[in-house]
Formats: sequence, structure tokens, C-alpha cells
Amino acid sequence: MIQVEHLTKKFDDVVAVNDISFVVKEGQSFGFLGPNGAGKTTTIRILTTLLPPTSGKARIAGLDVTKASDRVREKIGIIFQDPSLDERLTAYDNLYFHAALYRVPRREIRSRIDKALAMVELLTSRHKVVKTFSGGMKRRLEIARGFLHMPRVLFLDEPTIGLDPQTRKVIWEYINELKRDFGVTLFLTTHYMEEADDSDRVGIIHQGAIVSLDSPERLKRKMGGAQIVLPSKDENERKLKNLKIAFRTLNDHVYIDVADGSVRDTLNRMIGQSINLDEMIITQPTLEDVFIKLTGTAIREEAAGPMEHLRMVRRVRGKNR
Amino acid sequence: MTGFVRRFLYGSLIIWQRDMKRMLRDKHQFYGSFARPVLWLVVLGMGLRPVFKGNGGVDYIQFIFPGIVAMSLIFSAMWSGISIIWDREFGFLKEILVAPIPRTAIVSGKIMGGATQAMVQGSITLVFAPLIGVKISLVGFVSLIGIMMIISLALSSMGIALASRIYSYEGFGTISNFVIMPLFFLSGAVYPVQTLPSWLKVIVSVNPVTYGVDLMRGAVLGTFQFSIFLDLVYITGFGVVMGMLAVVLFRRY
Ligand SMILES: Nc1ncnc2c1ncn2[C@@H]1O[C@H](COP(=O)(O)OP(=O)(O)OP(=O)(O)O)[C@@H](O)[C@H]1O
Ligand SMILES: [Mg+2]
Repeated sequence: MIQVEHLTKKFDDVVAVNDISFVVKEGQSFGFLGPNGAGKTTTIRILTTLLPPTSGKARIAGLDVTKASDRVREKIGIIFQDPSLDERLTAYDNLYFHAALYRVPRREIRSRIDKALAMVELLTSRHKVVKTFSGGMKRRLEIARGFLHMPRVLFLDEPTIGLDPQTRKVIWEYINELKRDFGVTLFLTTHYMEEADDSDRVGIIHQGAIVSLDSPERLKRKMGGAQIVLPSKDENERKLKNLKIAFRTLNDHVYIDVADGSVRDTLNRMIGQSINLDEMIITQPTLEDVFIKLTGTAIREEAAGPMEHLRMVRRVRGKNR
Repeated sequence: MTGFVRRFLYGSLIIWQRDMKRMLRDKHQFYGSFARPVLWLVVLGMGLRPVFKGNGGVDYIQFIFPGIVAMSLIFSAMWSGISIIWDREFGFLKEILVAPIPRTAIVSGKIMGGATQAMVQGSITLVFAPLIGVKISLVGFVSLIGIMMIISLALSSMGIALASRIYSYEGFGTISNFVIMPLFFLSGAVYPVQTLPSWLKVIVSVNPVTYGVDLMRGAVLGTFQFSIFLDLVYITGFGVVMGMLAVVLFRRY
């Protein structure tokens, strides 16, 4: 459904997108992960015909985005990263205008708008002017608008940023429903790892280039197996050395990388040495880990590598008690 | 081809509808459209009246009345350009640009929106005609409306063409002042232009508003400076050129 071949975009001296290629099959979802300025939005702008590429090719449903842009636009929907509402009109009028632009049959317009507004819980605010909305309400309205016309391909540029967890959940349920029931192809960028985790495939983009592209499971598996974390006590470290188990010590914790399928074996050996496992935790690699490893940067500023990992460890431990 | 024509007309209509909705929501603009002609008629008409005594037997207020109508048209038609810059600034333009309507439909919808607003303004100005003793015949009135439409479309096209290449609100404000002021004052709208120095007369003679005002003055007072044919051809030609320019410039955006 989406075919991208050697796509490059240069802005004067900045190479925003650097020779990327990928394919997204019909009905699949593709998550684009990358730090700020990686080139995600630029890619989306090219794919949605808003920006001509410097070189390379992109096709949506077999149609070239530069040569058949009018026809491409009939197939797609997009939820922009930046605001894109008419703030002087009401929520209803914004959706009505959108439906009219996309030639939604007249009899269906009303019911579709009501359904979309109900989904994002804006039904009671439908006749309020958008200017009076909170940031979250505006975002929800944009999301409702994005699939009002049932596009074949839906682009979502950080769709749930600034929304509370509850709304995020409702919206993802709806997006997944679209994908499941209507076979809509999804192309999304996100800063939330768990949202990317739900994609069929994930592309990690760094400084304009795709550095890795695979299913989330396989990306994580490439990171290696699980990790056992223990409190760093002299006793623990001594016993691990006796067992010849490799470990790293970092900020009061001992990290043991465990190869795939050998968690049980390692634990058995540790039990044999009567290592205290009361405070032990086992973590699986996350997309965050994959991301940090491949790009050397954390996806969110507050996620600063090992320190963040440790904070997460503490949070998990707190819960277990 | 007919498919394209239909998509073009439909798209223009939708874009135009939105501008109408926005216009109807904006009450200040509505009050303003009453206040502005009054202000200009009083300030210019009353203020300059004694200076222009005995101008071919025509009272000065009646003389500038078509000019005040033209002023209404100029200001609100240029406003159409502002609306594109606003849409860009607030991000709404993206929503229109990814929609499955031809770029030309966006341009023509915007031109029609600006022209409609100008027509509303101009018509409101016409309401003041009886108050200042300007009598317009039925034929004159009908032709006046027609002329106003042509002028509105032409100037609105110019506004869109300008806005397609200017990206900031302030930039458009500056440029449009540079355009609006000469357009208005160097058109024979407020004073006879026969006595101007010849280099200014050149500007007057290329200014499309000159011919528009001449047409309107003809319709209202029955006196023309140029031939009706020249007036019509010039202002229409100007409109067509600006319309095409707007399409070309906006396409590249
Ligand atoms: N119109 C433009 N002119 C010049 N440079 C641009 C333009 N648009 C984007 N860039 C540059 O291209 C690079 C990629 O930007 P892009 O917006 O695609 O990043 P992104 O991955 O979407 O980042 P974010 O996560 O912050 O949204 C950046 O270095 C940016 O400064
Ligand atoms: Mg972005």
C-alpha cells in the first residue's frame, strides 16, 4: 500500500530524509520511531503530497505521490503533529467541512460526525467554537476528523501526544478497530513505546536514515535475552563470581544478561549458591532499549538511558512489594 | 475533463462556504462594514467638499460616492489574501492542501470568498446613496452591481496572488498598504486626476481601479472619462491575469 524507494529530502544544507526505503502492506501498521528532528514529519509530508522529495520515489496504492498527487489525496487521511483546526468554527462545523471536502454522502454526514464526536467524548461540546477548547479537546477533535472519511491509508503524526492515558486508550481501541474491521493501513510516528509495540512493523529512523526495520518482537530479540537485576551486595557479587556468571554493576544494582531460553538454568545455579532472590527482578528488552542502543539517544528527554532504567526498576520493585 | 470541471466547481463551492461561515460568525467585521463607509464619506466628503466646489456642477459627495464604494471593495477584497495567511499561520491550510480537491479549486474558492465579502461591503455602502442625495436609476443599479462583481473578483484575485508568496501577517500588511493606498488615491476616486503631474498620471492610467471607478461613476452619474469598452476590457483583463497568477503562485506553494 505504501512503497518508498530511496527517498531523500534536503532543505538547503540539512538532509532531513536520507535515502530511506520501505514497504507497508495493505492492512498493516507501520510505526516510525525516532528522536526529535529525525525526519519523521518530513517523510509524512512527502507521502501526503505536501512536499516534493529531492529524489527517490514514493507510491500510495500504486500511485506516485508527485505525479498523481490529486488521486493520492483521495486515498489518505492524516492527523497532523501541529494544530490544524479552524479555531473560529465549531467542532461540528470543522467536521462537517472535512466531510464535505472528502465527499462523504450527504445523508451519512450527520451520523458519522455524531459517532466520531461520541468516540472522542466531545458530543456535548459539538456546537462550541474550537477556540474555547482545551489542548486535549482540540487533539481529540483532530483525531476524530482524521478518520471521518474512512481513508484507505491513515497517517498519524504523534497522534496521542498531550492526551491523558484514558483517552489514549479509547483512541487506540478505535484505531485498531479501523484496522481490524476495515483493513485501514496505518503509518504512525509516536514517542510512546507501547504504541509502537502494537505496530506490525517498526522502523527506527535516526538523522534521516532508517537504522533498523522489523517487527517489534524481532527488534527486541536482536537485543538479546532477558536481564536479571539484583541489589549489589558484596555477598551477591562474590557468589556470582564463584558461579562464573558475567554481570555489570551500576548504581547499587547488578545486571546479568541472560541468553535466550536460559533464564531457568541461570536461576537454578543462583539458587544452588543460595543467592538471596527476594529483591530480584527479571526484565525483557523493550523498544526503548532497542532505540537507545541503535541511536545512542533516548526517545524522550526524561528517559536518560541507564538512570531511567534504574528508575523503572525501582518502580517495578515498589509495585511488587 | 468534465470530471475535473465538476471536482473544480464542487471544491470551490466548499472552500467558499467555509469563508461564508466564518464571515457570518464575525460580528465585528459586520459592524465595521457599516462604520467604514460612513467614516470615509464624512471625513473625505465633508472635509474636502469646499475645496472641490464647482467640479462640473457635480456635488463633491456625489462625485466621490463611487470612490467610497471602490474603497469598500478594495479593502475587503484584499482581505481574502489575509485569510490565506491566517489559515497558514493557524495550520488549517494543511487540512485543505491534503484534501482531494484541485489546487485551482482552492484558489477560486478563496477568490470567490473574498469577492463575496467585498460585494457585501460594497452593497452596504450603496445603502448610503439616498442619504447623500445620489439617485440611481434601476438600469444604473443593475449595471453597478455587475461592475462591482467584476472589480471584486479582480481585486480578490490580486489579494490571493500576493498572499501566495508572502508568508507573514505583518509582511502582507505592509505590502498591501503599499498596494491599497495608490490603488485608491491614484484612481480618480477621491479627486479628479487631470491636474496630476504626468508621471503620476502614468500610474493612474495603469491602475485597474481607475477604470472600475470610471465605470461606477458612469453608472451612478452618467459621465465617463474613458469608453465603457476600454473600462470593461481593462478591468476584466486585469482580473483574468491576476486570477491566473494566483493559480500559478499558489500551485508552487
Ligand atoms: N521547512 C523546512 N525547512 C528547513 N528545514 C526543515 C524544514 N522542515 C524540517 N526541517 C529540518 O528537517 C529535519 C527533520 O525534521 P522533521 O520535522 O521531519 O523531524 P521529526 O522527526 O518530525 O521531529 P519531531 O519528533 O520533533 O517532530 C530537522 O532538522 C528540521 O530542522
Ligand atoms: Mg515531527
